[in-house]
Amino acid sequence: MNAAAEPGAPLLALEGVRKRYGDREVLRGISLEVARHEVVALIGASGSGKSTLLKTINLLERIDDGRILFDGEDISDPRTKADGVRARIGMVFQGYNLFPHLTVLENVAVGLRTVHRVPRAEAERRSRDLLERIGLGEHAKAYPDRLSGGQQQRAALVRAIAAGQELLLLDEITSALDPELVGEVLELVRDLGREGTAIVMATHEMAFARDVAHRVVFLDGGTVCEAGPPEQLFGAPRQERTRRFLARFTGTAGGE
Amino acid sequence: MTLVDPEGPAVSQLELDRRAFRRRQSARSILIGAGSTILFGAIAWLSLANSPGWSAVQSSFFDPVVALEALPRVWGGFLVNLQVLVFASLGVAVLATILAVLRTLRGPVWAPLRALAAVYTDLFRGTPLIIVLYLVGFGIPTIVGQRIPEILLGTIALTLTYSAYVAEVIRAGIEAVHPSQRLAARALGFSYGQSMRIVVFPQAIRKVTPALMNDFISMQKDVGLVSVIGAVDAVRSAQIETARFADFTPYILAGVLFVLLAWPMIRLTDWVTARMQRREQMGAAL
Repeated sequence: MNAAAEPGAPLLALEGVRKRYGDREVLRGISLEVARHEVVALIGASGSGKSTLLKTINLLERIDDGRILFDGEDISDPRTKADGVRARIGMVFQGYNLFPHLTVLENVAVGLRTVHRVPRAEAERRSRDLLERIGLGEHAKAYPDRLSGGQQQRAALVRAIAAGQELLLLDEITSALDPELVGEVLELVRDLGREGTAIVMATHEMAFARDVAHRVVFLDGGTVCEAGPPEQLFGAPRQERTRRFLARFTGTAGGE
Repeated sequence: MTLVDPEGPAVSQLELDRRAFRRRQSARSILIGAGSTILFGAIAWLSLANSPGWSAVQSSFFDPVVALEALPRVWGGFLVNLQVLVFASLGVAVLATILAVLRTLRGPVWAPLRALAAVYTDLFRGTPLIIVLYLVGFGIPTIVGQRIPEILLGTIALTLTYSAYVAEVIRAGIEAVHPSQRLAARALGFSYGQSMRIVVFPQAIRKVTPALMNDFISMQKDVGLVSVIGAVDAVRSAQIETARFADFTPYILAGVLFVLLAWPMIRLTDWVTARMQRREQMGAAL
């Protein structure tokens, strides 16, 4: 509401964000900037705060301290209309969370129609185009449970960006998928990133993070332990904790 | 993860401002709520007290002397209702569970039992309770040829009708438990019966607790209908007292007793529902 976004300002800026559940402080002063069209990967062990951080960004969790600026506007201000912010930010979850009582087409179109007030015919046309582009055109009239996990997750991705959302939050979206289905979903994420959607994704897919992200952020114990371009962070991590995490990860992932 | 020291970390001025703003907002909405409640209450009271005939209503519906005089008999009758309620609930719990399980049995061998249970629930959910009460209350003694306590007959009639409703609720619960739960139980080596009893049924009951509580509250009131077959319960007692005083206060009194009986149950239902929602949707935002 205050301070119109100046050009070159980051799309998203977190300043000292803190979040606690009871006695457990999950986020301990996180600062992070995401530029327009930037793809940022959050990595870290389970419980390091990746998911919580994503949820605070689209105001699904209220922060306990710090500030979140989206497009120059302080969205952590209690006067912010949270629904309006969320309408501009897409989110995809680990478990797809498509609405089982709506067809795939309706799943994509429903946000356009109810939140963005796009007339039905127009919303369905746009949704069908999107589904066709990702190869799900023939499944448009099917219900989500007829689709494979990969197809469902791709539909969920399209649903999240159907209204031209400027920022896309991805919460370990391939964790529930069979390994052979992971590829198609990541391919779509890569395309969305190329087309200029800014993405913040929590992921365990190190190879993918390395490949697609412009910047990788390693979270540990609720703080940003290390952040940098993927070549540097994966190739020559500066922090001991990062090294240990990556070693453990490649160790366990070595069996593949 | 990390334990925070008791005083908590120092909080920024920004966060303090946000908290102050939220406090002001909630204080304001509480004030507005309180104000509008008082205003509405005052208007309602004034318009009631000033309406013509209010004193007549007061003396024939809300006479404290009559209420006090009628209380012993109405209370005695109310205890009869309570007895019917307790035994009928137990009967319903047993019969409804059996019916629900019968309806969910798979396999052609069980087809007749399944059909029987289906016909039963259709029949008794469709029949007005009062017809069942007349048939049981006056019909059975006629057939048997001897006097049977009305309380017992009323309990039977209520059990027959409410079992049909409750059985359908439980069946809905059983079918709402995800099939993967049954698979997991069978995979552990549980028999069909064990998987039902140990895994499916507890989850089913939890899912339908609000609906079951609703049926229970409904039954709490319907126990008053045993008066139509001659049981001297709270309703019949109130009728007698009303005739004695030529004043309707005893009916109000009986009504109040039923409300007092139902009220804790209604609150308990709300509480249980809210608690289950918190527990089962933990981690889900909004």
